[in-house]
Amino acid sequence: MSRACVAWLLALCAVAAVAKDAPPATADPVLEARMLSIAAELRCLVCQNQTLADSDASLAQDLREQIRAQLRDGADAAQVRRFMTDRYGDFVLYRPPLQASTLALWLGPGLLLAGGLTMLGSVLRRRARLSDAHFEPDRSEVLEVEGATR
Amino acid sequence: MTRWRFALPLLLFGLLVLALARGLRLDPHEVPSPLIDKPAPPFALARLDDAARTMRRDDLLGKVWVLNVWASWCEACREEQPSLLVFARSAGVPLIGLNYKDTRAQGSAWLERFGNPFDASLFDATGQVGIDFGVYGVPETFVIDKRGLIRLKLVGPLTAEAIETRIRPLLKALDV
Amino acid sequence: MIPELGQTALLLALAVALIQGTLPLLGAARGHEAWMRLARPAAQAQCALVTLAFVLLAGSFVRNDFSLLYVALHSNTSLPLAYRLAGVWGGHEGSLLLWLTMLCGWMLALAHFSRQIPLPVLARTLAVMGWIAAGFLLFMLATSNPFERLVPVPPDGNDLNPLLQDPGMVIHPPLLYMGYVGFSVAFAFAVAALIGGDLGTQWARWMRPWTSAAWSFLTLGILLGSAWAYSVLGWGGWWFWDPVENASFMPWLAGTALIHSLAVTEKRGAFKSWTVLLAIVAFSLSLLGTFLVRSGVLSSVHAFATDPKRGLFILVFLVVVIGGSLLLYAWRAPKLGLGARFDAVSRESMLLLNNVLFVVAMASVLLGTLYPLLLDALGLGKISVGPPYFDAVFVPLMAPVAFLMGVGPLARWKRAELPAIALRLRWAAAVSVVAALGAGWLAGRITVAASLGLWMSAWIAASIATDLWQRLGPANPAPPRARLRALPRPVLGMLLAHLGVAAFAFGVSMVKTYETERDVQMMVGDSTEVAGHVFTLQGLQRVAGPNYDAVQALIAVTREARPVTLLRPEKRVYRVQGTPMTEAAIDHGLTRDLYVSLGEPLAGGAWIVRVYCKPFVNWIWGGCLMMALGGALAASDRRYRAKQPRTAATADAHALPDAACGTVHIAGAAP
Repeated sequence: MSRACVAWLLALCAVAAVAKDAPPATADPVLEARMLSIAAELRCLVCQNQTLADSDASLAQDLREQIRAQLRDGADAAQVRRFMTDRYGDFVLYRPPLQASTLALWLGPGLLLAGGLTMLGSVLRRRARLSDAHFEPDRSEVLEVEGATR
Repeated sequence: MTRWRFALPLLLFGLLVLALARGLRLDPHEVPSPLIDKPAPPFALARLDDAARTMRRDDLLGKVWVLNVWASWCEACREEQPSLLVFARSAGVPLIGLNYKDTRAQGSAWLERFGNPFDASLFDATGQVGIDFGVYGVPETFVIDKRGLIRLKLVGPLTAEAIETRIRPLLKALDV
Repeated sequence: MIPELGQTALLLALAVALIQGTLPLLGAARGHEAWMRLARPAAQAQCALVTLAFVLLAGSFVRNDFSLLYVALHSNTSLPLAYRLAGVWGGHEGSLLLWLTMLCGWMLALAHFSRQIPLPVLARTLAVMGWIAAGFLLFMLATSNPFERLVPVPPDGNDLNPLLQDPGMVIHPPLLYMGYVGFSVAFAFAVAALIGGDLGTQWARWMRPWTSAAWSFLTLGILLGSAWAYSVLGWGGWWFWDPVENASFMPWLAGTALIHSLAVTEKRGAFKSWTVLLAIVAFSLSLLGTFLVRSGVLSSVHAFATDPKRGLFILVFLVVVIGGSLLLYAWRAPKLGLGARFDAVSRESMLLLNNVLFVVAMASVLLGTLYPLLLDALGLGKISVGPPYFDAVFVPLMAPVAFLMGVGPLARWKRAELPAIALRLRWAAAVSVVAALGAGWLAGRITVAASLGLWMSAWIAASIATDLWQRLGPANPAPPRARLRALPRPVLGMLLAHLGVAAFAFGVSMVKTYETERDVQMMVGDSTEVAGHVFTLQGLQRVAGPNYDAVQALIAVTREARPVTLLRPEKRVYRVQGTPMTEAAIDHGLTRDLYVSLGEPLAGGAWIVRVYCKPFVNWIWGGCLMMALGGALAASDRRYRAKQPRTAATADAHALPDAACGTVHIAGAAP
């Protein structure tokens, strides 16, 4: 075990002597990062369960290159998304656009929460108004929080 | 609230079942085209058989025409060749092929081997025109009217049935 | 011969299931004891038959019997033994058989660990489970028979999908199914209570350990799926809000609400009809998940090969089981009483609030998952709903949940005083804010999102510490060792599970905010630095696995010139299917993971290499593990297994008249 370690360390030193700092995978990492952040919210049309950023499909590679080209030409994220939806429709957006047909989607959770809280409130109020006869009597030992001393 | 609130879950479930039942007949993978009834994207591509000659979108204005996207590496394209060949003989409209992300040598060889139903094939080496048309799954077929608007898009290999039930009636309606 | 034997076993099991579903139910309705007594042996017989079928299928995989179509599709002679066994559940038909085997396992467990449950209740509960089993058996025999023959017999099989050839994938489906199927026990208890018109709360006490156990399994199953995705998919993602992931998460959310609701129903008799509904909903979501994965209705990376006939069958099954139980609910639930009284501010109302939040979260996930289908069904176009939506909607709902987790356990039953609680939590509140900002500052930068997540984590931990200090600290008159022993298991379980949530929130916040990544081109000898670690490509070699060929990179990692580890990421090609796979190399650590994966090879012998440093990512799975252990701890409380004393007077038992039906309930000794 230790001999292997020593050999490895020697090799490491030898390598370190001639090692060079690896260049970034792409020529322009900043552009790449911008492209990936846009592509991460787009859907690959071939491998439809991956984002455009993650997919290895040929079309995905082409579309990523499209986005790079557009960003270089000065387009912003909204314009890139417009380019994609003009050709592929809203299907390509993983963040559904806010429009008439998606109002229920985007407002739904908030409305459900409001509705749930309202129902909770009315249930509590209704219970408060009923007389004790509607309820079961308490089992006194249960009211203590278990293990607590208060 | 009355007793009827206890029936609410059942009601919601019923609606869900209706949606799911309808969903069984739909294809979640199919992507409808946003270009229907919109102008076909402009292009100027060299022909596959003759690199010196270029065809533009506007060359076809005034005519109804059919665009079929194909490639030599596409296995499903072989399936539709027989139906396309039959259609080409009796279509009465120009049938233009778009050779998508291929090489000239392989594209030409494929047409020789499997038959050439096209009046002309355009060579889209980079796939840029394909992207502009919203192509995502070769083969795809488009019907474009006299004003240059896309009227129909079909994804997947054309069957004789699809040609008879979807394309021919549309061609008739477009007054061919 | 063997496949035919397996098929016969399934047919017999169907017959037994039908008997199990009818006779005990009729027996309970008419007081016919002999028929009720049939339930246990019927469950045992069914378990034996289904297990036999499962063992026979597994055996066919082990022996490489390619005369079975299912084996030919999912196995190969060069597939290692462990994965040949995993192949049993690698496809649709086999996974159904796994589902069924798990169901029979739970049935058997219920038949065995139910001495304290009265016979009519047990009979009804097992009968309901019998019906569910019958439905699955019918489905399998009609449309998805794993024992179908393939003629002529091919010399070798298709091989298991390479993505599934991983240890995590071997246990992920069984654990997940244990969770899904386990909720059928809670479902069965709920339906039995509705059928029997059980107006007391004993059924809640019986239901509770089974629900906690199922929930623990489901937590483990989801944990494993997520951890697997992280280690195998090549870019370190661990949750994608994929429809099938959501299909497992929704029953989990409903199950979490159910556990909390059961606490109230068991202790205070309140929320009876709501708990029953939640039990029905939790299992219904499990079944819905089954439908979504196998019907082709949604597009998912997990989806099995689809067949519209199967989809229709499952839909009919859903209508019968879920529709039937909801119909029963609509009819019988109004008869369930209101339970004991409680104030608007009390532990009960806080648990109700918890339920509202979890149910809204579950409904939101359901809405997002099904919305594309709904729009398409209405002809309103095709959209996609992905992580941006779910992240935007789900996370804000969890912040109030985290807040409640601190306040709720300190609240008294029936009536709680907010000012008193606030006073007790003032230290926790201050500490949590300071800790959140301090952790952000130590990590390098403070962001709003990270601070919120870190605060949630610190708040939960600090309030647990406050609670424990109260229980175990100097205020407690009992001697120190006795204080710990006096803590009931359900309380310990709750504290552990909540602490797990804190750990989870901490891991998620740290990884999402402070993860660092480098994508570089490396030739042999090149190095790059990420988060203080130097990664050097020392060499590339070809390796041949049992059923794949790979290029393996040797990457040495050092920190401050001292060696840390040697990582070996691979790019594999599985021979039979020809599919490429990226095998990432990970150095796991308590405070960080170092994650390296190979991208594409470039001209000239260089490779694209992706290097990540992911801080505290293992706290995500550690937290889930703590949650699961907490649930298991809570389920193991001995008082759930003790037979109820039949004599009226023990030192601290009370006999309570149940006003509605005139029977007498004996309250247990422990809280």
